[in-house]
Amino acid sequence: MYVAVKGGERAIDNAHAWLAEERRGDASVDELSVPQIREQLKLAVNRVMAEGSLYDPDLAALAIKQARGDLIEAIFLIRAYRTTLPRFGGSVPIETEAMACDRRVSATFKDAPGGQMLGPTFDYTHRLLDFKLAAEGDVPAAEEAEARDAQTPHIMSFLDREGLIQPETDSDTTPPDLTRTPLELPATRDLRLQSLTRGDEGFILGMAYSTQRGYARNHAFVAELRIGVVPVEMDIPELGFAIEIGEIEVTECETVNQFQGSKTQPPQFTRGYGLVFGMSERKAISMALVDRALRWKELGEDNLGAPAQDEEFVLYHADNIQATGFLEHIKLPHYVDFQSELELIRKLRREAQANTAPQTDTSDASGGSLSGKMKEAAE
Amino acid sequence: MKDETDPNAARKAWLGLLARCRAADLNALWAGAALAPDHTVLRAPEVGSVMVRGRAGAVGSAFNLGEVTVTRASVRLASGQDGHGYVQGRDKVKATQAALIDALMQTDQADAIRAAVLDPLQDQMTQTRATRSAKAAATKVEFFTMVRGED
Repeated sequence: MYVAVKGGERAIDNAHAWLAEERRGDASVDELSVPQIREQLKLAVNRVMAEGSLYDPDLAALAIKQARGDLIEAIFLIRAYRTTLPRFGGSVPIETEAMACDRRVSATFKDAPGGQMLGPTFDYTHRLLDFKLAAEGDVPAAEEAEARDAQTPHIMSFLDREGLIQPETDSDTTPPDLTRTPLELPATRDLRLQSLTRGDEGFILGMAYSTQRGYARNHAFVAELRIGVVPVEMDIPELGFAIEIGEIEVTECETVNQFQGSKTQPPQFTRGYGLVFGMSERKAISMALVDRALRWKELGEDNLGAPAQDEEFVLYHADNIQATGFLEHIKLPHYVDFQSELELIRKLRREAQANTAPQTDTSDASGGSLSGKMKEAAE
Repeated sequence: MKDETDPNAARKAWLGLLARCRAADLNALWAGAALAPDHTVLRAPEVGSVMVRGRAGAVGSAFNLGEVTVTRASVRLASGQDGHGYVQGRDKVKATQAALIDALMQTDQADAIRAAVLDPLQDQMTQTRATRSAKAAATKVEFFTMVRGED
């Protein structure tokens, strides 16, 4: 039951003014600029873009500043802004084969054509705090070497050529969009992928980890992980042809998973896929594992009852804005709701006490103190 | 991707360059070229989004990855040519400059515009891209295999 409550305007105004002051922090410390966040907290910016579902580094950096570094709050701001934008259309699907790779590794083939490039990675660092960063100082320029000119082929395409991997087919249809039509189950793979790529990184990671620990184990190898920039093309009606309307950084993860075969098909590897805005490696790998786990039905696998196989469980709980909205609303006034609960429990207690009337001595003492406490809470 | 026989290839190339370049770089070159073509606005600059699509397994069916901010504008020169600008981000000045350059590239000023704006822009972007590729190449792993067993 919802009942309007008035009052508290001055308290709210003062709370927001204090929030602004607290956001600024100690005024003797330099203020953080939006470009500083964009350039130096880039992975936070990437996460806000991926889960906010809007690629705009400046806006994501602004949202992080406004949210005081609370990334879910920043994602909320971006999602809200996104709904104000008219949509010009949908892009031609990006071609990750044409990616200018900053990083490209494979856990399956040492000598992958195109080579393995580590890129600016945390891998192989010792995870020791670097106190040099506490002091300001110039960073030496990174080494350069002669680069290849050619495109970097997908490693999966080599397995595909041998028929060892389940092929992907292009249906050439416009994919459904869960930001326009509410998600309905059972969801097709295109909807699942959209849901996963904008889902909460922590949630997707937890789900992916559960598959590794044995809940719907599908033993994934990272066939390829690549990070880099790809152009985005869109058909422009007034021109009558497609042009590049920008370029975005994405992380792509392709996994190759356990064999499966059936009466009609020889054993072959299956695949999971992750594609995320920005440099978001943990998220992309997690997405690929969860994508693969959710494909049990189309691959003819058994439903083991594992959480990561349950698309309703995964897709309906992956969105951190939906989750935080419903979770945090319970801190807002529920006075009337609670009042009715209070009435009910008092009534039930009165009835219970009437039924056990002979032992009034002991139950009266405890019951009296409890109802006293609840009255206090309600006031 | 580049189709040699595509009659629109040249226009695609400059529109793509204008879409991807940094607004500040374009603005500096625009100012440097002292361009102020007489024109009417067909579509005032408008900020919106484009839904970016990916493909399942990189080559399969399309899915919606998320949106990207895009600003568009259209102009008509006094000499009659229409220009369209679709640029990444939310910079209305950049969208208008892109539309004007698109229109000017269809006039006899094309060579001058190319030399003053498009070529320097392309050079900047090529240089930036080449530096990144070179840094990536420096992190390429050279594997070697340890020989195991006894002689």
